Amino acid sequence: MENFLQQLINGMTLGSIYGLIAIGYTMVFGIIGMVNFAHGDVFMLSAFIALLVFLILTQVLGIAYLPLAFLIVLVVAMAFTGLWNWAIERVAYRPLRGSFRLAPLISAIGMSILLSNFVQVAQGPRNKTVPPMFTDLIHVTDGPLSVTLSYKQILIMAVTAALLLGFWFLVQKTALGRAQRACAQDRKMAALLGVDVDRTISLTFVIGAALAAVAGVLYMLYYGVVNFSDGFTPGVKAFTAAVLGGIGSLPGAVIGGLLIGLIETFWAAYFSADYKDVAAFSVLAVTLVFMPSGLLGRPEVEKV
Amino acid sequence: MAAPNDRPRPVLQTALVDAGFAGLVTFGLSFPLLAYRTEQDMQNQLVVEPRWSLSLVAVVAIFCARLLAGLIQDWRARALAIPGALVAVYGGRLALVADPATGAGVACVGLALLAIAFPLDARLRHAPAQVARSEAPDRGGLFAIGGLVALFLFPFIMLAWLGPAGSLKWINNFGVQILIYVMLGWGLNIVVGLAGLLDLGYVAFYAVGAYSYALLSTTFGLSFWICLPLAGLLAAFWGVILGFPVLRLRGDYLAIVTMAFGEIIRIVLINWTDFSNGYAGISSIPRVTFFGVPFTANDDGFATLFGLEFTPIHRTIFLYFLILCLALLTNAVTLRLRRLPIGRAWEALREDEIACRSLGVNTVNTKLTAFALGAMFGGFAGAFFAVRQNFVSPESFTFIESATILAIVVLGGMGSQIGVALAAVAMIGGTEILRELDFLKQIFGESFDPAQYRMLIFGLAMVVMMIWKPRGLISSRAPSIFLKHKRSVAGSMVREGHG
Repeated sequence: MENFLQQLINGMTLGSIYGLIAIGYTMVFGIIGMVNFAHGDVFMLSAFIALLVFLILTQVLGIAYLPLAFLIVLVVAMAFTGLWNWAIERVAYRPLRGSFRLAPLISAIGMSILLSNFVQVAQGPRNKTVPPMFTDLIHVTDGPLSVTLSYKQILIMAVTAALLLGFWFLVQKTALGRAQRACAQDRKMAALLGVDVDRTISLTFVIGAALAAVAGVLYMLYYGVVNFSDGFTPGVKAFTAAVLGGIGSLPGAVIGGLLIGLIETFWAAYFSADYKDVAAFSVLAVTLVFMPSGLLGRPEVEKV
Repeated sequence: MAAPNDRPRPVLQTALVDAGFAGLVTFGLSFPLLAYRTEQDMQNQLVVEPRWSLSLVAVVAIFCARLLAGLIQDWRARALAIPGALVAVYGGRLALVADPATGAGVACVGLALLAIAFPLDARLRHAPAQVARSEAPDRGGLFAIGGLVALFLFPFIMLAWLGPAGSLKWINNFGVQILIYVMLGWGLNIVVGLAGLLDLGYVAFYAVGAYSYALLSTTFGLSFWICLPLAGLLAAFWGVILGFPVLRLRGDYLAIVTMAFGEIIRIVLINWTDFSNGYAGISSIPRVTFFGVPFTANDDGFATLFGLEFTPIHRTIFLYFLILCLALLTNAVTLRLRRLPIGRAWEALREDEIACRSLGVNTVNTKLTAFALGAMFGGFAGAFFAVRQNFVSPESFTFIESATILAIVVLGGMGSQIGVALAAVAMIGGTEILRELDFLKQIFGESFDPAQYRMLIFGLAMVVMMIWKPRGLISSRAPSIFLKHKRSVAGSMVREGHG
């Protein structure tokens, strides 16, 4: 039981990160029906931006107060990752809109290879180890149970919850959110009603990247090490999360992320850590085969 | 925006604004990834070092490129201007770093090309649009025969030109390497190009083939010629096993699930050490023999038997012909199958699955045969890979390989055999060439390693080629069956890739 609770907390932490990345996949798929293969690498890129900004802040600008540095890192990483994804969409995906379906997928795969190798060339292939932050632990003891929570984990879950609230507000209550939902439902109709579709799609990419950047900052914080090849596996797992939750559904992405995080953690804890990726990939295959619309997705009806 | 204005803005102004914006964005993108670099200091701590000059170079390069693209809009003029600009930059850099005289000369040539491009662009842009060309006569057959002859002569030409030592690299790194990908591309083409099933996990079958040969030959001592069909069979078997659960899936979903299967197979190969020896891989796999005659310097070796002087190039040339034959076998089978009912069912399935079902095509069998046949050729290629390397490890079967093969098929034009071959030459040959660009070291210094940028340029090429030709190099299609005459179908009329 004790171990179970501990793993539950670890799984939720990991799941928060996956959920944040999954939103980017699900939004892009919802609006232009494309699997943005490079999204995992955008996430990795954001972790590097966060690392560099953190080092610049502490070493060059000499900011020693950690929470302030963390806040600045978060904001700056969100902004610059957003800019990256905006540029990627503009260069690699927009020219292919309306082209046949495989073209954007191949372009996105190319972009994914390009991004990870760009970071490798620009920052070197070695693991970058970050000085440990927020390392304090809290021991919660209640009778026979005792669970250890780290400040990091609390921070990760708190930041995720806060940003998801803000994001939910953005999508449900603002004009941009309305335009975005309208485009996801019917792009042509939205355009006829005066929604600037191109701008909405661009902003969707920016928002997706900003959330991925939050995930990147938290990932860097949690694991304390980043590498240029770190984008692929979390990317696929986040995509799995998006599919599991029902692609196109925003709450589904978060729930899927948490589920994947939990499945992976429990699998590693109770079965085999070597095969934890196999567990996540199998969930993807099983979901798609038996439940293609996921937990909360709308079933796709094919019209002749 | 200002009031509606019918007059277009001056070209220069538009181009400058556009280029300035692009430069600004580049500046944003380059911070902090280019402008700072992390290094490990003595205490193994990360420190950042500013590197703003690199960021500046990127901004200037993008600004200039964007400006040129804005000013020169006709593609023929661009075809002149792009090499011109590159040559000018190369010359300028050469003049600054190594050799002022030559560098200045090279730069002048580049600038001259650039200078010609401007008036050329102005003339071509105002020229009346050309009438669509009349249909070119069908030279496909001639082209194929010429290509075949060139392929058969290639190792001998290289051998005569560069000698045994010099030609080894070219026959091995270019000939054999490209042909492996041509074969894989043709194999995947059955699944993706003909049947329209988007498979991103093709490397799994390549791995099955490679491990089949590696394990059968090291454990049971079976020869390559027995293992080759076995490897194909095992891969086809796995093709059916992995194909069965995904029969209902289409398009991108199918791609993702097949990718997951590919990754699962790789992770199992890494972790199931009793079976596959994990990361360490399987080494000392028996080398290829000339139908039983080994390529060694011994008395019973190939060289002695044929009265030749022993060199390792004999084995390489044999491998070259082996993969050439395997690739041609793939091609021949594909071309034959396209005319058979099963091949026509594949192509019909690719165009419209619902119509197929309504007309009574058994989609389950059709899809599974496509998976099985595609996988079988992947297995053959895998067995060849293992015998060529004498070593297999899970490292060789990463997702990047699957993506590369799929990119080759899509760039080739999905379904076009010649197109796939051309795309393989462009993508694999192009990245191999990057290893050879040693002259760049003169400019960027000895520490500059062009091979480091191989995958970077590879990814960039994938994006650029997709934007340039979204339907692949050869998008028009010659129908397999026709009523009176063969008329090629424009790419935009074909609807592949919906899975």
